[in-house]
Amino acid sequence: MALKGNLKDVSLNQLLNLIYLAHKTGALTLQRDSNTTARLYFKEGKLIQAAMDGQSARLTDILVQVGKLTADQAKAIRARAQVDTDKELGLLMIQNNVLSQADIIQGVKNYLLESVYTLFTWHQGTFRFDPNVLPPPERITVAVNLDHLIIEGSRRVQEWEHLRDELPDLDVPLKFAERPDINIRSINLSVEQWKVISFINSRNTIRQIANFLKMDEFQIRRIVYGLQTAGLVDVMPATTPPGGGPPVPLPPPAPPPVGRNVLLRVIDRIRKI
Amino acid sequence: MQTVKMVVTGPFNSGKTAFIGSISEIPVVRTERRITDHTRSIKEQTTVAMDFGRITIDKDLALYLFGTPGQKRFDFMWEILSEGMLGFIVMVDSARPETFREARRILDTFRTYSNTPFVIAANKQDDEDAWPPEDLKIALGLDQDVRVLPCIATQKESVKSVLLELLYVILENAAEEPAHPRRR
Repeated sequence: MALKGNLKDVSLNQLLNLIYLAHKTGALTLQRDSNTTARLYFKEGKLIQAAMDGQSARLTDILVQVGKLTADQAKAIRARAQVDTDKELGLLMIQNNVLSQADIIQGVKNYLLESVYTLFTWHQGTFRFDPNVLPPPERITVAVNLDHLIIEGSRRVQEWEHLRDELPDLDVPLKFAERPDINIRSINLSVEQWKVISFINSRNTIRQIANFLKMDEFQIRRIVYGLQTAGLVDVMPATTPPGGGPPVPLPPPAPPPVGRNVLLRVIDRIRKI
Repeated sequence: MQTVKMVVTGPFNSGKTAFIGSISEIPVVRTERRITDHTRSIKEQTTVAMDFGRITIDKDLALYLFGTPGQKRFDFMWEILSEGMLGFIVMVDSARPETFREARRILDTFRTYSNTPFVIAANKQDDEDAWPPEDLKIALGLDQDVRVLPCIATQKESVKSVLLELLYVILENAAEEPAHPRRR
């Protein structure tokens, strides 16, 4: 019989604890809203596979997401490989010295962990645990101990609460801080931080940027808080109504200046008015 | 005929229409309507679409001045008016500090439209309550290199000075642009 309930009443940490202690096998489905679902598979109390709505769980896509392959490499591998399952694809990559077995397992494991960490920020929604349901056999599975995951999950929940206190409103835009004392040269930004920075202007709210970059609230709060702490950005008062519309990119470069001659003619004329 | 365009923006009742009216050679094309809300206590009419003024430079060139509506509910017009501008002026009523935050918001918004030069006109400097331009610069949180100029929008000489300063900034920026290859 399936276990069902609401995440408001039973947290993910409590669910994982239950699965861990009871050595359960089965699929845990979490639904935050009608569009956002995640499914975690467990075998004898260990996490073995995760699938998130809107994200491909194909091996090549997973390895791109965790940085083991580039998008071009993944595309080339998919085009050349005449195989159907992830297990066959993994074997092919090992035989062709694209990646080692350890690389693939570590990549899948990292993907699993990051997927579950994201779920710790879900504080509402429903859950359902179907016993003895296992992932499709063609998928590569790894076994992740839940005890470390639960500890890390608790830490992330605390971090989440701290970030939410520091940055309570996501429906506000960001601006670049005007602090001449900041030494920009000594600051190294991550790719994700650069992505957020490229959308900073007075018309894009933090939430719009997150939606466009497909980041959840935890990720965007952490990035913005990091940029704030580094003294690079400030939160502006809300100027646009909250909404999920696409953010506006940075302004286009200035139009080509009119010729110097034209400007001098205008200046000369105005002086004579 | 070639035309160049500058935009005059700023909060409600900061003096944009007066600024354009002081220098335009044609009667300013105004789109003002009688105010019906609480802001009526400040002035009777306000710009709802734009003001338009013109200065003929010579037989081949004209300068157009566009004033934006100041009330927030008409801000959808701002981006339309800012297209292709050479530079812009942010008018600030120096005697009404309660509008400074709004002026800063307008400036930030315009800077997102286009990376064109601008100056701040610290208007109503003839008002005894007016903040000096340097204090206004601090109050608005502007960088040191932003030019905040004293202004009395009803006086032509004052308006000329502001326009000329903006043109000098544009000229400086134009000088910093890499040289275009000479056409053959």
